Amino acid sequence: MGELIELTIREASQRLRRREISAVELTRAYLDRIAEVDPQVRAFITVTADEAMRAAEAADLRLAKGEAVMPLTGIPLAIKDVICTKGIRTTCGSRMLENFVPPYDATVIKRLKAAGAIILGKTNMDEFAMGSSTENSAFFATHNPWDLSRVPGGSSGGSAAAVAAGEAPGGLGSDTGGSIRQPAALCGIVGLKPTYGRVSRFGLVAFASSLDQIGPFARNAYDMALLLEVIAGHDPLDSTSVDVPVPDYIAALTGDIRGLKIGIPVEYWGEGAEPGVVATVKQAIEVLQGLGAEVRETSLPNTRFGIASYYIIAPAEASANLARYDGVKYGFSVQEAANSWEALERTRGLGFGPEVKRRIMLGTYALSAGYYDAYYLRAERVRRLIKQDFDRAFAEFDVLVSPVSPTVAFRIGERIADPYQMYLMDVFTIPANLAGIPGISIPCGFSEGLPVGLQIFGKHFDESTVLRVADAFQRVTSYHMRRPALGGQRVSSA
Amino acid sequence: MIRREEVDHVAQLAHIALTDAERAQFTEQLSSILEHIAVLNEANVSDIDPIFSIQALQNVMRPDIVRPSYPPDELLANAPDREDNFVRVHAVLEE
Repeated sequence: MGELIELTIREASQRLRRREISAVELTRAYLDRIAEVDPQVRAFITVTADEAMRAAEAADLRLAKGEAVMPLTGIPLAIKDVICTKGIRTTCGSRMLENFVPPYDATVIKRLKAAGAIILGKTNMDEFAMGSSTENSAFFATHNPWDLSRVPGGSSGGSAAAVAAGEAPGGLGSDTGGSIRQPAALCGIVGLKPTYGRVSRFGLVAFASSLDQIGPFARNAYDMALLLEVIAGHDPLDSTSVDVPVPDYIAALTGDIRGLKIGIPVEYWGEGAEPGVVATVKQAIEVLQGLGAEVRETSLPNTRFGIASYYIIAPAEASANLARYDGVKYGFSVQEAANSWEALERTRGLGFGPEVKRRIMLGTYALSAGYYDAYYLRAERVRRLIKQDFDRAFAEFDVLVSPVSPTVAFRIGERIADPYQMYLMDVFTIPANLAGIPGISIPCGFSEGLPVGLQIFGKHFDESTVLRVADAFQRVTSYHMRRPALGGQRVSSA
Repeated sequence: MIRREEVDHVAQLAHIALTDAERAQFTEQLSSILEHIAVLNEANVSDIDPIFSIQALQNVMRPDIVRPSYPPDELLANAPDREDNFVRVHAVLEE
C-alpha cells in the first residue's frame, strides 16, 4: 500500500496500462490510506468506497481489453464537495445542502468518468466556497497534513489536504479568489486556476459566477496537465465557457524556458508577506533565472484595490446565486412557520453559517438602491483597471510570478475572529480571478518547516506556458516530492 | 459606517432571519469591512466602464429544439414536502 500511494498519476497510469497493477489494487490502497489518516486530517465529508471499487472494476475491464484506455483510466481522485456528483451527496460544506443528492453530474465529472477516472469521495471545504481556511465548513475543520494544528487553507482545503496526505494522487477544487492556489501553497502541492471560461462550470455550485473556475490539484505539473486536458473545453451547458481549442498540454512541457520573459510585479512584495515566504519565493525565482529565463520587475499599480474590489463583486454575485436556497425544492427547510416568509427567512437564517450570511448581507447592501453605483459599479470599474494592468504587463512578459499566500499555514482558530484578517489571505490570488487569467501555485520551498508556494500567472488561455514554467522548475528541484510525516510531526526545512 | 437599521433592512432584502446577537455582530463586522473597502474611492475611474465579466460573451444561444430532460421523480427527489409532481409550500396568498 505504501508504495502504491506514492505513485504520481503519470506513474500509476503507466503501470495500470502495462497491467503491473490493477485499478482495484490502486483504489483499495487509497481507501486504506484514507481509513488510516483521515481521522486526523479530516479531508473527506463523504467517502464513496463502494462506488469507487465498482468504478475500479470497470476500469480494470477496460484496461484488460485495451479498449478506450486513457491516461486517467483507473486513477482515483478526490472531488471538492461543491461539484455535483449524481447520486452522491453534495453538501458544499453547508447545513443548507447537508442531505442534497444531485440528480446529475457536473460536466467535469462526466468527462472524468468518461476517461475512466475513479471518484474516492467528496472533500471538505469552507461553506459555499467562502473562506481561506476550511474552518467555515458547517461540519468540521480539515487539518494540514504538515502540521495537524494548522489549517490546510481554503476554500478547497479538503482536496488539497487529501492530495498532500497521500489520500489521492490528484483531485478537483474550485477557485473564486484563490481557493485552489492558496490551499495548494499551504499544503505543498500543485493547484491550478484555469483561465475563466476554460473549464465548464455546469454542475459547479455557484458562488460568484464571473469569478468561479474549477481546477485540478496534483503533485506535479505533468499530472496537472493530464487532469486539465480532460476537464478543459467548451461546454454548451455553460454559456460562459469559451469555444477555444484545448492545446496538448503534455506536449508543452518541453523543460525549456530559455529567453522566457518573467515579470515580478513589485506590488506583490510589500507589507503583509512574511519574510520567510518572501525569501523562499525569491530563491525560487533565482532558479528560474538559472534556467535561462529573463526576469525583470514590473508594476501592476491597481493591485492595492484588488481585495476591496473582490469583496464587493464576489459577495454581490453570491447574494444573487444563493437566493435560490429557500427550502422549497431541495435543501434544508424549516417547515414549522406561521407563513411562507417566515419559513423562508428561518430556513436561510438556520441553514447558512455566519460567513455566508455576512457575505450575502455585504453583497445585498452593495447592490441595493442608493449604494449600487458607489459600491458595485465602482468595483466593476476598478476591476477593469486591474485587468488593464495585466494586459499591459503581458504585452511585455510571458508570465508573471509572485508569492501565493502572505503567510505559511496558520493555526486553526488564529484568524477566524476577524473576517477582514482572513480576507487578507487572498491578497495575491484575487487579481487573477478579477482579470480571468490562469494562475498556478507550485511548491517552492519551506519556511518554518511549512510549505511555501510560488505563483505563476499567464495570459488568457495560455496554461501551456504556465505549465511549462512549473514543469521546468520541477525538473531541477524536488520540493514537490516531499511528503509530510503524518502524526503532528513537521518536516524540517533541511 | 453601516447603521443597525440598514443591517435590518438588508437582512429583510436578503430574506435571512437574524438573531439580535447576529444583528449586533454583523453591524460591527460589516462596518469594519466597509471601512477597508472605502479604499476603492481612491481609484480614478472617471473614464472607465464597468467590466462585469472577462470573456464578454453575449447572447450565447442554442437552436430552439426540444431535448430530453429529466424525469420528475429524479428532479423532485430532494423536495422536502412533495405531492405528486408538486412541491408543497406554505400559503403564499393571505385569506
